[in-house]
Amino acid sequence: MTAPRGKPLPQPTPETAPYWEGCKQHELRLQFCNECRQFFFYPRIFCPKCLSDNVEWRAVSGKGTLLTYVLSARPAPGFENEVPYAIAIVKLDEGPHLMTNIVNAEMKPEALPAGMPVEVVFEDVNENISIPKFQPAGAGRSG
Amino acid sequence: MATDLRKKVAIIGAAETDTVGVIPNLTQLGLHAQAARNAIRDCGIDKSQIDGLACAGESVVAVADYLDIQPSYVDGTSIGGSSFMIHVAHAVAALEAGYCNYVLITHGESGRSRVGRGGFGGGGATIPGQFESPYGTSGPPNTFTVPIVAHMKKYGTTEEQIASVSVATRAWAAKNPRAMMRDPITVEDVLNSRLIAWPIHLLECCLVTDGGGALILTTADRARDFPKPPVYILGTGEGAENVMISSMHDFTESLSFRKSAERAFRLAGIERKDVDHLQLYDAFAHTPMYGLEALGFVKPGESGPWFAEGHSAPGGDLPINTNGGGLSYTHTGMYGMFALQESVRQLRGEAAAQLPNVKVSIAHGPAGFFAGAGTVIMTNQA
Repeated sequence: MTAPRGKPLPQPTPETAPYWEGCKQHELRLQFCNECRQFFFYPRIFCPKCLSDNVEWRAVSGKGTLLTYVLSARPAPGFENEVPYAIAIVKLDEGPHLMTNIVNAEMKPEALPAGMPVEVVFEDVNENISIPKFQPAGAGRSG
Repeated sequence: MATDLRKKVAIIGAAETDTVGVIPNLTQLGLHAQAARNAIRDCGIDKSQIDGLACAGESVVAVADYLDIQPSYVDGTSIGGSSFMIHVAHAVAALEAGYCNYVLITHGESGRSRVGRGGFGGGGATIPGQFESPYGTSGPPNTFTVPIVAHMKKYGTTEEQIASVSVATRAWAAKNPRAMMRDPITVEDVLNSRLIAWPIHLLECCLVTDGGGALILTTADRARDFPKPPVYILGTGEGAENVMISSMHDFTESLSFRKSAERAFRLAGIERKDVDHLQLYDAFAHTPMYGLEALGFVKPGESGPWFAEGHSAPGGDLPINTNGGGLSYTHTGMYGMFALQESVRQLRGEAAAQLPNVKVSIAHGPAGFFAGAGTVIMTNQA
């Protein structure tokens, strides 16, 4: 997939660079705390539960469920050709949840039941940035 | 008479970042967090005990979320380099007043390396800039509203029930000559209005208006010398949880609402049955539903049927948003001042849609979508 121009793009920081580097390689990576034995998201310099530095980046399955969403009828800059589009929260099988867009699905409430299984697909915006998005599990297309 | 605060409060932990000087590998928010962790370790406190948070230069919500702390006292005073002295001053009063037990004050500034600078929602290097903006969040209508489908899924809340919030609020606005939108509406009208971000329609979104409001407070003994009947503060609450809508812990409830409500009722020492009138900030039709549940007037999940049954509407047993609310009266952007103004009018007996025998009123609302919250419980009874 290719994104139209004009969308706001993430600017990786030293704390988040491994996440975006993973996305670039089409691999979803999250931080895992070796003390709490839990994943967490968004990236931080230590575990937000126990404050430990003993955290590492791990690839996750990219599978999850659709928790909640809206179908935005009004576009953000760069989304003019995509309305309505789903601004969604996906809970990953590994625990954390994140915001995303649902793609490769009909943008209708009937086609997007909360609780639906979804899987990650990456949208290559440019040579440095790929954005993780999610599609219905088994939709059969990949980024 | 002023409370003697001398020697009532002390500093128990203090620390700086691991290094100072040039730190290109940490964002500004990371500097706040590292300093905070070092202070926590300096005194050996358990992080879960910290229930007050103050900072300047970053959003206090961003620091709370980063540290996974949900404080019931927040101070975002940010007027320049000595904001921290002011944080200490406010913390003394807050601790002595029982707003909270432990206040963490943080500073972090990437003044030289300028890594990840930028406040709430600003810039592609911030947390929201990286993890929300790329998904087309363009403002409250398609961002603040994201949680509601989780509520619908968990509790069976319907589009008709959500719409009923707008209908009840409009019925109050019809009684208020200052309200912008006064024509009565039905659930059908709401659901037939333009879709903004399914499941939210135009008539479930607040107005966008101009306006303002102000309050003046003094001690109770001084208040009696003024012409209008005093409106006494019974209890207050505050809270902070998530720097992004997507970092809410549970999309069916707001932890910041809950923290704020719990503190307000604890300090006020009243029961829900003692409350005569509510002003629940209504940025969208869903917002008062989350407010009503967090304040404990209904159980989690019961707000949809409750609003649909008309309890909040004219003639109902718990009038809500009697000025017509942000949905139909006015909404400048930071509507909370108008919620407070209507509580004061009801308690003074000078509201456009005046209720009989109002003794206790609550104004409660969110701050920065569901990021934070504030609650004030007021009474006209000395």
